[in-house]
Amino acid sequence: MADFDQELDASGLNCPLPILRAKKALASLSSGQVLHIIATDPGAVKDFEAFSKQTGNELMESREDGGKFYFLIKKS
Amino acid sequence: MSEKKLAIIATKGTLDWAYPPLILGSTAAALGYEVEIFFTFYGLQILKKKLDLQVTSIGNPAMPMPMPVPVMMQALPGMQGMMTSMMKAKMKKKGVADIEELRDLCIEAEVKMIACQMTVDLFDFSHSELLDTVEYGGAATFFEFAGQSDINLYI
Repeated sequence: MADFDQELDASGLNCPLPILRAKKALASLSSGQVLHIIATDPGAVKDFEAFSKQTGNELMESREDGGKFYFLIKKS
Repeated sequence: MSEKKLAIIATKGTLDWAYPPLILGSTAAALGYEVEIFFTFYGLQILKKKLDLQVTSIGNPAMPMPMPVPVMMQALPGMQGMMTSMMKAKMKKKGVADIEELRDLCIEAEVKMIACQMTVDLFDFSHSELLDTVEYGGAATFFEFAGQSDINLYI
């Protein structure tokens, strides 16, 4: 897994909280820094793709492992 | 950058129906939209400083129930309170945000909340009962923003 600058554990949270928390966390990063997100909401997979497309922050990685979802988003 | 705009009319004041305007409003704001929500009629309940949103299965045969309850029984005193507590407990268990939290997130994201002055008067609500961040206006106020919005939703 690539390096990241900040981690957000959104486990147990449901739509739209993972997205809203991620947005807040990204606001504290500077351009080019990477946020690592852990989520358990299966809807988050499509939602983070859509979030990244609409905000221009790059979704570098999206994977599932043992019922959890992991995302790497680079701030634009 | 010219932002996209989302206008929502929120007309319902039950616990379940309070979610769509606040979820969509907060999420759109996170995606970079400028958002305005116009609260009218029962939707005004969502703006109360002291929230007391309830849910009931009466008139809603689609509501999933843990066990079948005859409609006559659903109307008994205390049933609405019980259903509301059960719904809140279920939401908490599933990691669904509570209404206060979503509302705070909307305010934080600068979602503009307009209360319909006509229905505030109709129900004898005072401005002090509603959130201090609320603005007041009428149909023309709504159209000023809605007319230049990319998405308009009636909930």
